[in-house]
Amino acid sequence: MTAAATPYRPRRDWPFLLGLALLSSVYLVLIAAMLVADMSFTTPGHMLSALRSPEIRFSIRLSLISCTLTTLLSLWVAVPIGYLLSRFDFPGKKLVDAVLDIPIVLPPLVIGLSLLILFQTPAGKAVERVVPFTYAVGGVVLAQFAVACAFAVRTMLVTFSQIDPRGEQVALTLGCNRAAAFWRVALPEARRGMLTAATLAWARALGEFGPILVFAGATRMRTEVLPTTVFLELSVGNIEAAVAVSLLMIGAALSVLTLARMFGLRQSLERVL
Amino acid sequence: MITIEQLTIRQGGFALRDVSFSVPTGRYAVLMGRTGTGKTTILEAIAGLRRPHTGRILLSGVDVTRVRPAERNVGYVPQDAALFSTMTVREHLAFALTIRREPQARLAARVCELAELLDLTPLLQRLPFGLSGGERQRVALGRALSFRPGTLLLDEPLSAVDENTRGDMHELLRRVRKDSNVTVLHVTHNAAESLALADIALELRDGRIFAEGRAP
Repeated sequence: MTAAATPYRPRRDWPFLLGLALLSSVYLVLIAAMLVADMSFTTPGHMLSALRSPEIRFSIRLSLISCTLTTLLSLWVAVPIGYLLSRFDFPGKKLVDAVLDIPIVLPPLVIGLSLLILFQTPAGKAVERVVPFTYAVGGVVLAQFAVACAFAVRTMLVTFSQIDPRGEQVALTLGCNRAAAFWRVALPEARRGMLTAATLAWARALGEFGPILVFAGATRMRTEVLPTTVFLELSVGNIEAAVAVSLLMIGAALSVLTLARMFGLRQSLERVL
Repeated sequence: MITIEQLTIRQGGFALRDVSFSVPTGRYAVLMGRTGTGKTTILEAIAGLRRPHTGRILLSGVDVTRVRPAERNVGYVPQDAALFSTMTVREHLAFALTIRREPQARLAARVCELAELLDLTPLLQRLPFGLSGGERQRVALGRALSFRPGTLLLDEPLSAVDENTRGDMHELLRRVRKDSNVTVLHVTHNAAESLALADIALELRDGRIFAEGRAP
């Protein structure tokens, strides 16, 4: 027989871990460097003068209002779609699922153009006689909604798919009809997912530019939202104001993200305690 | 009384064919069978959560095959308890009665009574998170019994309960049955449970039911 074999030893782990860390840090460094560059480019003076400009104030206000409206509308649609797709089987379900991804993969400009054309059809024109959309504030919200809602829908679909339908089934045996099982059992369990969906939709709507430019225009004091401001200031060479407004958007997006995380964290703490 | 007549259910890879059995009112039946033989499917069909291909289901002599779950008056305890993660233990016990718009006083009295019976009084304000396996099962049992159903369906109620509390749960299930005169169908793959609780022992093998009656 052979002499005692040397015990088997797999290769070391550190090269793999180091590789992971290096590759991950490339992206993190890029994100941090972009933010730092923005901040070093601007001064408190630029920020203040940007905030004093009535056009920029208007666009801040319109951005906040339109994003909030878009978020509410998106949830109103995303919750039922997510629930329907996660709980029921019906013919054409795969097709519906695929259609819901179209706004995510379409080039933003194409969405704007499609909206523009849609409202030139007889039906679209009839709608516009009641609520104006093309080159109007309504158009800003609709353009944001067309894209942001798709993200809310994806989030709610994942949320409801992760909730065990057993709970609702038990509720049915306890005397609920389908609606009561949804309102009393499924929806409360989905509140975290709704918060995530709202955050995503809001942040997405805040950054929406292409469809708004095409469909709602870039008229100062009328359909100007923050990305429009950045575009308009850049196009006249006012880089300081463009960077200042960009930082405002970064701040707003980060605060919403932080708020959502804090809220989520507090809830999980409540559960543990 | 639970009566199953020539029930056929097809689902994915397996099928139950021509399953028939009955459990007289107030009796405790234990349905044994290996994992994956369709025991849970039978419970779901009785609860109204799964539509059978053919056959009839009668509860207390009434054909409920096409009746919605809410109208069957069946208490259902699923295997994993399936508690509502956002509700306290008290809200679980009150759930079915709230849905039925029971007057506050009677609702509170019933919750107290159940909490007493199932030893849940100290836990009434707790959320399901952090409850032990036995506690979760007791909450699920209380939730299922709260509206005094005629039929109680238990799906492996003791699988998540550790050995030490298993005897207590047996005792509890016997007490529940004595107090409420409910007809029980209890599904398990554990022969000891069947011996300890059943007055009717049924076995599901190859999609068929084999009965061995036993005096209570």
